[in-house]
Amino acid sequence: MTRAASPGTGDRLWRGAVIGIPYFWLALFFLAPFALVLKISFADPILAQPPYSDLITWSEATGYRLQATLDNYRFLVEDNLYLVSYWRSIKIALVATILCLLLGFPMAYAIARTPQPWRNLLLLLVMLPFWTSSLLQLYAWMVMLSQQGVINQVLMNLGLISTPLKILYTNVAVYIGIVYTFLPFMVLPLYTTLERLDPDLYEAAEDLGASPTQVFRDITLPMAMPGIVAGGLLVFIPALGSYIIPAMLGGLDTLMIGRTLYDEFFLNRDWPLASAVAVILLLVLIVPIMLFQSLQQERKP
Amino acid sequence: MSDTSSSDKPWLDPQQKPLIRLEGISKQFGGFTAVDDVNLDIYRGELFTILGGSGCGKSTLLRMLAGFEQPSTGRILIDGVDITQEPPYRRPVNMMFQSYAVFPHMNVARNIAYGLKKEGLPRAQIDARVAEMLKLVQLEDFAQRKPDQLSGGQRQRVALARALAKQPKVLLLDEPLAALDKKLREQTQFELMNLQYELGITFIVVTHDQEEAMTLASRIAVMKEGRFLQTGTPSEVYEFPGSEYIADFFGSVNLFEASIVAADPGYVTAALEGDGTEIRAATDRELAVGSRCKIGVRPEKLLISQEPPSDPIYTVTRGVVEDLAYYGNRSIYRVRTQNGQVIQVSAQNFQRSAQHLVAWDDEVYLSWDTRCSMVLPE
Repeated sequence: MTRAASPGTGDRLWRGAVIGIPYFWLALFFLAPFALVLKISFADPILAQPPYSDLITWSEATGYRLQATLDNYRFLVEDNLYLVSYWRSIKIALVATILCLLLGFPMAYAIARTPQPWRNLLLLLVMLPFWTSSLLQLYAWMVMLSQQGVINQVLMNLGLISTPLKILYTNVAVYIGIVYTFLPFMVLPLYTTLERLDPDLYEAAEDLGASPTQVFRDITLPMAMPGIVAGGLLVFIPALGSYIIPAMLGGLDTLMIGRTLYDEFFLNRDWPLASAVAVILLLVLIVPIMLFQSLQQERKP
Repeated sequence: MSDTSSSDKPWLDPQQKPLIRLEGISKQFGGFTAVDDVNLDIYRGELFTILGGSGCGKSTLLRMLAGFEQPSTGRILIDGVDITQEPPYRRPVNMMFQSYAVFPHMNVARNIAYGLKKEGLPRAQIDARVAEMLKLVQLEDFAQRKPDQLSGGQRQRVALARALAKQPKVLLLDEPLAALDKKLREQTQFELMNLQYELGITFIVVTHDQEEAMTLASRIAVMKEGRFLQTGTPSEVYEFPGSEYIADFFGSVNLFEASIVAADPGYVTAALEGDGTEIRAATDRELAVGSRCKIGVRPEKLLISQEPPSDPIYTVTRGVVEDLAYYGNRSIYRVRTQNGQVIQVSAQNFQRSAQHLVAWDDEVYLSWDTRCSMVLPE
C-alpha cells in the first residue's frame, strides 16, 4: 500500500482534529449553554439560589419525578407585553437592516470600484469604529443627539428649526444607533461580492443595449444577492437581540426584546420566564435562516 | 457577384464608402499616449484584424469603437454617422469579450435573449431569434444550461451568439481565441471565418497572435506604440513588409546588410555587405543611392543545393551546414556563410529518402529568386 492511495492514521487524526475544533467550539459555547437555558425554561421560578426548580426531583415517597412545565411559554403568549416587544424588535431590526442596505450598498459599490491603494484605506475607514468601545460610541451619540447636542445646535443655527428636536430616547435614536453600529457588517460582505464581480459583465450588458440603470437592475443587483443576504442576516440578527442600544438611546416605548429579557433576568429574577423568552427569540431567528438555507439548496441543481 | 475585384478588395475601389471610419483617433491616459493619431477605413463585410503586442493600444482602440472609452481627439463614423459621443448601448456595434463575460446568473437562452429584450422586441420574435442563434452556434441542447455547466469553447459560442443576436453592423472581437486550447482554437478559427462569410457582418478582431491574424483576416493592421505601422492583406504584410519589425513579426526572416548602388522607379539595386553580390529588388519606396538598407529573405524562399544553380535569376551565396532539424515534411537548415552569418533555410523534402540529402558540414549553395528579396529600409 502506498501512502498516496490511502491517508495514514496520522493524517486522518489530523483531519479529524481540524474539522472537530469548530464543532467542539460550537458544542461547548453554544449548545451546552443553550441546553441549560432550555432546561431552565421548563422550570418553575422559586425563591432560592439558583432561582428555579429542579427538573428532576427525588423523594423517598415518589422516587425520581420529572417536573417540567409549559407555564412560562403559556405566559409569554397570554401576556401581550411579550408579543408586542417581539413584534417591535422584529420591526425595528427589519427597518434598520433595510436602512443599512440602502446606505451600505452605495458605499460597498464605490469601494469596490476604487483603485487599489485607496480601496484598502476606505475599507480601513469602514472598520475604524471597531477600534473604540461600542459603549463609548453610544455615549457619544447620546451627547450628540441630546436637546443641547451638536445636531440640534447646528440645525438651530442654520435656522431650520426653532426649538430643539427630541431625538434622544426615541425610536429615531435607536435606528441611528443600530445603523451606526452594524453598518460595517453590511458593507463588508457586500464589498466582497461586488469586488469579485467581473467589470466585463457590466460592459457586456451595456454593449447589448442596457442603460446604466438597467445594468444595475439586471446584473449588479442579482449578482450581489449573496452579499445582500449575508449582510442582511449579519445586521438583522444582532439588531433583533440588541440590548445596549435601545437601553441607552431608546425611550420607554422602545421596549425591544433584549431589554425585556434583561428585565426578566435581573429585575424580576424570573429566570425560567427569561429563558423561555430567549428560546423563543432563538426560534424567531433560526426559522427564517433555515428556510432561506433550504431555499438556496433547492435553487442549486 | 459580377465585379469580384472590387467586392473582394473594397479598399482598392475609390467608389466604395467605408462602413467604419476612424479620423485622427488619439487616446491619452494621463501622460501616456495609448493610441496615437490612427486613421482607418474599414469596409462592409471585412474581417479586419488589428495585430500587435501587449500594450500597443489595440484593445484601447477596440474599446473606443465599442464606446467604453472616449477618444481624446478624433472622430468615429459608422455608415457616415458620427458616433464618437454615443454611449455603448446606443451604438450599432456589439462586442465579444476576451473573458466572454457570459452572465453567470442567466442560462444560455436568457444570455442570448438579453440584448433583444433591451431592444424591446416582442416575445415571439425574441424566441425565434434565440432559437436561430442556438442553431447557428450548435448549442440547441444547451439552452437551459447555466454558464458554469459549459466548457470554455461552449461559453465562447454563447458569447458569440449573444453578440450576433442583435445583428450588429460591426462585431468587435477581443482576442476571441486566446482562451481556447490549441486544437479548439484552430477549429474555432475556421468556424468564425465561415460564420463571418455567411452572415456578411463586418468583424474587427484584435489579436496578438500573428498566425491567427494571417489565417482570419481580409486585412491586417499592424500596431505598435499606438500607431499603425502597416495595413494590408495577410500576403501583403508577409511578402512585402514595410519594415524589419514587421518582417520579423510575421515569421522568420534572414537579413543581409546592404547599401543601395542604383535606383530606378519601382526598383533598387543593392550590394550585399561582404561579398558585394548585387541584388535588384522591387520596392515602392524612394531610396537614395548610397543609403543603407537591409535585404530580407524568408527561409522558405531559399534553395539549398550541392551544385550552383545555372539560372541567372538566382542570387547565390555559399556556406556550410551547421545545424539541421528534420520535421518529416520539411527540414530546417542553419547555414554559416563565408562571412560568418548564419542563415536559416526551410526546405520541403520533395524526395523520399532515409538519408539526409544535405547533411551536417556539407558545403552548400544557397540561392533565391531575386524577386523574393525584400528591401527593408533602416
